[in-house]
Amino acid sequence: MSVAAPVLGLFLMLRRMSLTADVLGHGILPGVAAGFLLAGLSLPAMAAGGLVAGLAVAVGAGALSRATGGREDASLAALYLVALAAGVAMVSWRGGAVELTSLLFGSVLGVDDAALLLMAGSASVTLGVMALAWRPLVLECFDPGFAQAVGARGAWWHMGFLALVVLNLIAAFQALGTLMAVGLMMLPAIAARHWARGVGGMAYAAVGIAAASAYAGLLLSFHADVPSGPAVVLAAGLCWLVSTLCGPVDGLLGRLVRRPHLAG
Amino acid sequence: MRPAEIRLTDVTVSHARRPAVHHVSGRFAPGSLTAVVGPNGAGKSTLLRALAGLHRPDAGRIEGAAGQVALLPQAAALDRGFPVSCLDAVLFGLWREAGAFRAIGAAGRGRALAALAAVGLDGFAGRPVGSLSAGQFQRVLFARLLLQDAPVILLDEPFNALDARTAADLLAMVHRWHGEGRTVVAVLHDLDLVRREFPDTLLLARDCLGWGATGEVLTAANRLRARMMAEAWSAEPEACERRDAA
Repeated sequence: MSVAAPVLGLFLMLRRMSLTADVLGHGILPGVAAGFLLAGLSLPAMAAGGLVAGLAVAVGAGALSRATGGREDASLAALYLVALAAGVAMVSWRGGAVELTSLLFGSVLGVDDAALLLMAGSASVTLGVMALAWRPLVLECFDPGFAQAVGARGAWWHMGFLALVVLNLIAAFQALGTLMAVGLMMLPAIAARHWARGVGGMAYAAVGIAAASAYAGLLLSFHADVPSGPAVVLAAGLCWLVSTLCGPVDGLLGRLVRRPHLAG
Repeated sequence: MRPAEIRLTDVTVSHARRPAVHHVSGRFAPGSLTAVVGPNGAGKSTLLRALAGLHRPDAGRIEGAAGQVALLPQAAALDRGFPVSCLDAVLFGLWREAGAFRAIGAAGRGRALAALAAVGLDGFAGRPVGSLSAGQFQRVLFARLLLQDAPVILLDEPFNALDARTAADLLAMVHRWHGEGRTVVAVLHDLDLVRREFPDTLLLARDCLGWGATGEVLTAANRLRARMMAEAWSAEPEACERRDAA
């Protein structure tokens, strides 16, 4: 998971869509909850429900803001508040606090072979698609007007990309929880900005940071009895803090060291 | 490479039913070099976007432009902070040839480097675009146009906010394209520049007020009419009934 998700997070960050992942993370919750209501804690039902709900939110927010002329971030905020409330209400209706906590924040002990296969599969698909779609996505981020002018079909690439985001959130929710899966996607990507100047370098840095935080977080979760999601996200958050302070690109400490300006 | 003639027949393009370009008919001859002038809000950018296929006309026909046009927008809606190098930014000019997946290879890379050198940015290949000045960035966009190698080139206020040296270099590029037989259309506000360098002019103020040799179009009377028409704004206009005989 930590290999594929940060690459997506990187593009979300570069498109100034850091919050979109959050919205999608909340958006899958009602779907997961519906799956839970219908079939109990069954992975296929919850994953399918989440996939449908996540895609609906992704498509719906864009379409809604275009149709009503509102701002996309406003429709996204409205959708995710409603989705979170609906999801929590649905889970509480049938399940108890334990189920709710494990859905929202994840429990590694709940991960079985099927969940592992889903994670490995979605990570592989994501990496493959991202490798193929790298050029159009960079163009669509960098210069959407030009992409439209040369007929690069930016909107389609963008929708496919959002579908990948949803897929990754679904795959990660069992281990990390719907709310925390986003953390593994975004935090390493945001931290990576301080380690490289180019998109490619940032992607490598993000993957490295994510893998390290997943490992550290799971150890923490196991030994200190913390839910796995928050543990991994806290580890990633620590990486982000260190990167912001000490990263070679625009790090805070770098600003304290005054170096003479160059001659030309 | 020879561009086709671009014919406009009674073209109207509007934003939310307000016409920005109103019943314009005429032709850009193959290999012509035309300036589009007119006051702010006269529909110049909208006309260029329509020619590039980015804005569908409400009425009328545009023929001969599809698929052969490269457009340099006025304030490109691109993200200058995005972490790509100048070389990569220029290489996107090869999109029509390479698409999303085909390899670009050493030949394409060589063309991009040559284009950078041609716009006076030798040695800038590895620089992030975010570190460029406005003038250098405009040079990068011109290098990308060079790589697009389109028979028709549309430039929307290409020399805005540029120093004299940069403007002169980029104007030389425009003349080079003209010399190669491409059709070039540029939106401009500097009328002295238009008189000096552009053989043909289209004077636009929503309606077309003149289209032909620059000296005959840019008369004082025409320019006054253009200003009055662009400033006219009715709160509740009727639906337009006009049908020009094309």
